[in-house]
Amino acid sequence: MLKDITLGQYFPGTTLAHRLDPRTKILAVVCYIVAIFNCHSAWAYGLMVLTLVVSARVSKVSAKALLRGLKPVLFIIAFTAVLNLFYTPGTTLWRWGVLNVTHEGVVMAASMIARIALLITGTFLLTYTTSPIQLTDGLENLMGPLKRLHAPVHELAMMMSIALRFIPTLIEETDKIMSAQKARGADFESGGLVQRAKALIPLLVPLFISAFRRADELATAMECRCYHGGEGRTKLHVLHYQTRDYAVLAFYLALAVGVIVLD
Amino acid sequence: MEDIIQVENLTHTYGIGTPFERSAVKNMSLSVRRGELLGLIGHTGSGKSTLIQHLNGLLKPTSGRVLLDGRDIWAEPKKIRDVRFRVGLVFQYPEYQLFEETVYKDISFGPKNKGLTGDALDRRVRESARFAGLDEDKLGKSPFALSGGQKRRVAIAGVIAMEPEVLVLDEPGAGLDPRGREELLEHIRAYHTERGNTVVLVSHSMEEVARYADRIVVLSHGSTLMSGTPREVFARGSELTRAGLDVPQATRIAMELRKRGMDVDPAVYTVEELRDALLAMRKGGAR
Amino acid sequence: MSKIFQTDNLTYTYPGDEEMPPTVALDGVTLDIERGSFVVVLGHNGSGKSTLAKTFNAVLLPSGGTVYVDGMDTADEALLLEIRRRIGMVFQNPDNQIVANVVEEDVAFAPENLGVPTEEIRRRVDDALEAVGMTEFTLHAPHLLSGGQKQRIAIAGVLAMLPECIVLDEATAMLDPMGRREVLNVIEGLHREKNITVVLITHHMNEAQHADRVVVMNDGHLVMDGTPKAVFARARELRDIGLAVPDTVALLRELKAAGMDVPVDAITVGDCADAIVRAFSGSTSAAGQPKSR
Repeated sequence: MLKDITLGQYFPGTTLAHRLDPRTKILAVVCYIVAIFNCHSAWAYGLMVLTLVVSARVSKVSAKALLRGLKPVLFIIAFTAVLNLFYTPGTTLWRWGVLNVTHEGVVMAASMIARIALLITGTFLLTYTTSPIQLTDGLENLMGPLKRLHAPVHELAMMMSIALRFIPTLIEETDKIMSAQKARGADFESGGLVQRAKALIPLLVPLFISAFRRADELATAMECRCYHGGEGRTKLHVLHYQTRDYAVLAFYLALAVGVIVLD
Repeated sequence: MEDIIQVENLTHTYGIGTPFERSAVKNMSLSVRRGELLGLIGHTGSGKSTLIQHLNGLLKPTSGRVLLDGRDIWAEPKKIRDVRFRVGLVFQYPEYQLFEETVYKDISFGPKNKGLTGDALDRRVRESARFAGLDEDKLGKSPFALSGGQKRRVAIAGVIAMEPEVLVLDEPGAGLDPRGREELLEHIRAYHTERGNTVVLVSHSMEEVARYADRIVVLSHGSTLMSGTPREVFARGSELTRAGLDVPQATRIAMELRKRGMDVDPAVYTVEELRDALLAMRKGGAR
Repeated sequence: MSKIFQTDNLTYTYPGDEEMPPTVALDGVTLDIERGSFVVVLGHNGSGKSTLAKTFNAVLLPSGGTVYVDGMDTADEALLLEIRRRIGMVFQNPDNQIVANVVEEDVAFAPENLGVPTEEIRRRVDDALEAVGMTEFTLHAPHLLSGGQKQRIAIAGVLAMLPECIVLDEATAMLDPMGRREVLNVIEGLHREKNITVVLITHHMNEAQHADRVVVMNDGHLVMDGTPKAVFARARELRDIGLAVPDTVALLRELKAAGMDVPVDAITVGDCADAIVRAFSGSTSAAGQPKSR
């Protein structure tokens, strides 16, 4: 059910990966993604997988948990792979009617699968080991210079952290409303596309109403706790880079540069 | 009395294979008798919410069985929707599931899904609105313009309108003030007597269950702790308090009186009973 | 003793819209609350009790009349933050007042807003969590806690502002009996040990036994005001406005009506039992009732 979705879920812990500065982890993931998209040879992909496996080990995140994160995007991965498989021009390996599988297509499809899978699992590793609050703190801090251009950095960070805070609550609520409507005989699983879309009304209307009510109450509660925007705010946790952060950053930077230059 | 629902060795485990794995219901067995008003009681985390979602097939047992009229409800998984019409489930704070433009339409949702139309549908909507204590003039209104208590009645009517053989209500009085609570429960009781249908009332208020139920099942930590008539259950008051449950205040007074050496029946659970017991004792003593 | 709240002829009207006419929620309420007291505000849904609470820290501004907090007018916008810092509010739905994903971050929210230095925030967060008995949950995710625990976090969240007063706006209404007891125990402890003023808005009559003063609202008016004993002595009037007296008081009234010599104002179970035992040992020395202790 919906509860099994792990999108953006945080597993608390005290590993090295958990203790790293969130900014380090965000930048590391950025480096990693840059590296992924500059991979061409098998050894480079191998290196990427190895990096991921080691990072997952260090964070004590199980392979199962990582792979479960891929479930919701399986369709997109399969779709992209199939497109690449049949529509990449090159030396034909196999042909059946209009379907034409080329050598280049196979390579392209395989690398697409690898790229998307690595991209997703890499990002998930970040959210598994970094609490949403740290994540937004990190982002707010990294984006800090934009404040000078009057970009609403604090507001965006606050919105994001509240959104993240309410994801589990709203998932639970969706589950509850769905069950309640099913108990009245609602059918979310069968019928054509139009029928299915229509079947969602009894779910979406209450969900929206409830989300608005929550937003309203939360806003009042925040004001009661003296929230008045980002001005003059202090922090419980102030971010400090430490030696380990520099080490990790250096490694990922080297990885990205290495792949770009050598591969 | 025969059993309409039998729960046999039910276990339900959430989040199998994640760090959050946990069994909410463990090897639980209990039965619901045809035509009774059963009180189901237990503190938060006792497994009552998980249990009731098994009664109409919203959750599937990890192991164990749920029998409705002697048949395993999962015998034909494709027909599980039929079970939901036969066992009507009203969730906690059900007012949050309303979605239609009018009260009338919202109440029709269940029976329509069951395939009802025309006069039969109309009759059911009006009748169930009456059972839930809603005035006719509310039917044309938007459910969102009603007060919290009235919204809840709309939601309850929406389930009654499916004419289920068993009506399960999860904390129907939660969050209502004393008067709202009492009125609502009186309506449920009237529905029960008039229809003679089976009702399962889930609550964490002992007072409430004591006042309305024929029989009580007490759940604790995912299994059945005890069951019996209110009198039988509250006679074991100290066991209940040890399990972290409240006993009715009248029972607590009786327990305190016994501690102070008075020979009061420990199984009283209403103010009236305790009053009568005390007055009888006084007569006996004065004679 | 100085007054923490002073309302004078306070009126509040909710503005209407196309569908709903405006509703008068408070109609000429004049009420003083002493610093350091424990006041329970009773009333059925729609009696105006929650609206009253929301005027106490300027979430709602009076439509008419005035509200003073520690001598500060809530209508004065310059004083807004100071008023809200002094008056901590805890609301009904635990899920809709927790801002952060980690317990300590949530408790830190208010001091962060107030610009308290980092080391001081740490100290306040730790103290507040200890005061509500939630220290072991410092690093937990709030959405996995029980209702009672969430409300204790919410209380810790306002404690971190070092408030003068905590207003609980039906904060126990959505809790089960255990959660309710947890919250009440914490609140009583704070009142006793830190001398924090408590205003508890509720429709659970039993919660009034903890108070030194009970205020009853009906239809936007203040209809009763006195000690719990004095208020519960007016059982019939309470019933007329949709409230019930605790079973202890109800039993004693029944016994008295049947001719027994008992006081009708023992509210706790223990006091009630004591009163009955006393009545029995006084009136019936014969026939071994009650048995000797």
